[in-house]
Amino acid sequence: MSRLSDEAILARPSVSLWTDAWYRLIRNKAAVMGMVIVIIFVLVAALAPWIAPHDPLKINDGKGYLPPPWMPIEMSVTGKAGDPRFFLGTDSIGRDVLSRVLYGARVSIVVAFVPTAIIVIVGVIIGLAAGYAGGRVDNFLMRITDVVWGFPDLLFYVVVMIALRDTPIGDFANGLLLLFGALAVVSWVGIARVVRGQTLSLKEKEFVEAARSIGTSDLQIMARHILPNTLSPIIVMTAFRIPGMIITEAVLGYLGLGLRPGTDPREFFVASWGGLMLQGQSALNAQPWLLLSPAICVALVVMGFTFLGDGLRDALDPRMRGTS
Amino acid sequence: MGQFLVRRLLWLIPVMFTVALITFVLMHAAPGGPWDRDPGRRQIDPATQINLNRQFGLDKEVWFDLDALKKGDLLGFFDTQFITYMIAGTVDGEWRCGFICGNLGPSYAQRGMMVQDIVLAPPEDAPIWNSKAGYSIRLGVLALLIAVLVGLPVGIIAALKQNTWIDYLSLFVATVGITIPNFVMGIFLIIIFAVWFHLIPVIPKDWSDPRYWILPAVVLGVNLMATTARLTRSSMLDVMRQDYIRTARAKGLAERVVIFGHMLKNALIPVVTILGPALVGLITGSFIIETMFAFPGWGRQYVTAISQRDYSMIMATTLVFALLIQLANISVDFVYTMLDPRIKLS
Repeated sequence: MSRLSDEAILARPSVSLWTDAWYRLIRNKAAVMGMVIVIIFVLVAALAPWIAPHDPLKINDGKGYLPPPWMPIEMSVTGKAGDPRFFLGTDSIGRDVLSRVLYGARVSIVVAFVPTAIIVIVGVIIGLAAGYAGGRVDNFLMRITDVVWGFPDLLFYVVVMIALRDTPIGDFANGLLLLFGALAVVSWVGIARVVRGQTLSLKEKEFVEAARSIGTSDLQIMARHILPNTLSPIIVMTAFRIPGMIITEAVLGYLGLGLRPGTDPREFFVASWGGLMLQGQSALNAQPWLLLSPAICVALVVMGFTFLGDGLRDALDPRMRGTS
Repeated sequence: MGQFLVRRLLWLIPVMFTVALITFVLMHAAPGGPWDRDPGRRQIDPATQINLNRQFGLDKEVWFDLDALKKGDLLGFFDTQFITYMIAGTVDGEWRCGFICGNLGPSYAQRGMMVQDIVLAPPEDAPIWNSKAGYSIRLGVLALLIAVLVGLPVGIIAALKQNTWIDYLSLFVATVGITIPNFVMGIFLIIIFAVWFHLIPVIPKDWSDPRYWILPAVVLGVNLMATTARLTRSSMLDVMRQDYIRTARAKGLAERVVIFGHMLKNALIPVVTILGPALVGLITGSFIIETMFAFPGWGRQYVTAISQRDYSMIMATTLVFALLIQLANISVDFVYTMLDPRIKLS
């Protein structure tokens, strides 16, 4: 009797893998910090019109290249004093830098999630199909991934943007559709490879054999039995993909190949960090904050996603802790 | 070993061919031809355009010449833009060898120049390493050297002094170095060192002063440096706990011999695996860093070609960079097996 009650006391309440992982994640300080940064930027992106102190497109005549008001006047190259209404100063035609940077968060956040969602779906389907079907299908799909793997991705994006920017596809949704497409075409490969590898080993397991023996269809086996068991590597890989997406968008914008910002304040995308950096580059000496503020934002948001990704990896697969 | 190399090198052919095919398709999907100017500028008249097309071989079919095949001219069937560019064909009546001979095609923007001349020819009376490609290679090698010569020792020392302030500091710096994208890092460093402290000019007039090279090389190599340091550390920590290290110490070997002969040799193996992707990053990262620092290399030439819509320059750069990336990956796999005899090439 007493032994039984001892066991009842000692037994840990049973928790699922996901609850367990969640507890490990929120105990990780860096991951929580990353999560907070990401949430802040998501909120900024969603609420930009209410947070931004000014209309990001409004041109203030005679107020071009104002330095930030808190900067000592001796450091101002143009010799102008800042205006307290413009916290980060203004650009060449007097638009408020802070408002423009806040609106720029929208592009980066959308680029972080939408193409990533596409590549996860495509990568999972192709990986599952290749791994489960095996044989010729597998061989064919893996040869395709080999070729895509060999393509220098940044150069591919550049070629795609140059070729298709001035077509109707390139014009759609400020050019975001084209950007998503280009990002997705190259990036599904990593996820497909991982899912294929997992599927290859999982399909030989007893529980899959059991499912097959009671007549479960292939589709159901893939969806119910194999996919859930590949989820944690998929989540980790996805988290590590996101910073790359944000960086790529910023690089393309910086090269003048990013999205085309809308000119109507009612439009959703009126500025991107890459584009802002391109503008800032031309006024490096006169107004370094033009370049610094979007650059700091890119660094912060990338850092946030990276810390979150590290945390997710440690939480979902504790054996991988400390590797990179 | 030899068989592995041959197979990997042969696999290069279909990959490069596909890369070229995709690039070619995209370039031809672009609206407007290479002679279209911006609407505001003086246009090239149609007669000249026809002439230019003939000179550059653009009057030919893009993929296959079905008309020639109907006439029974099999060679003419393959005498098309794509085949001419990749293998060989006629341009303006003249026989010419293509990409496989190292011929990168005529530049549309700088007429009369071949792409390889623009990239490889140094300015007058200058040695070959003053060419655009030469500048890029020197910068890349410098970045690689900085990354490895700083990253490795930092990783080793951090592991040997685990859980001291040296370890924490280097781990923190490495994490920052990995997470901040290198072009953002470039922006920060330019503003700090050139705009605020005036230690270097924002845009140097010429690159003969070695001090100007430090900043772009550090920016290009910083991600690799940080990754090397972090991976060396974790891999060293792993090796340090192995039994053979205890054995080596027990039999009275000098600490120096244990560290360099036993630990480092084994700890380097995982570090080599990341060199492949890292070299790729170094190659593709070069064009944005070169543009940022106005560095006179191939990468910046490529970015200029983007704005000039110089299709042959873009095509050639994509192909050459793709080839470099493939070769980097193959050589890293090769070095990997040399370091670890347990791994069999398959």
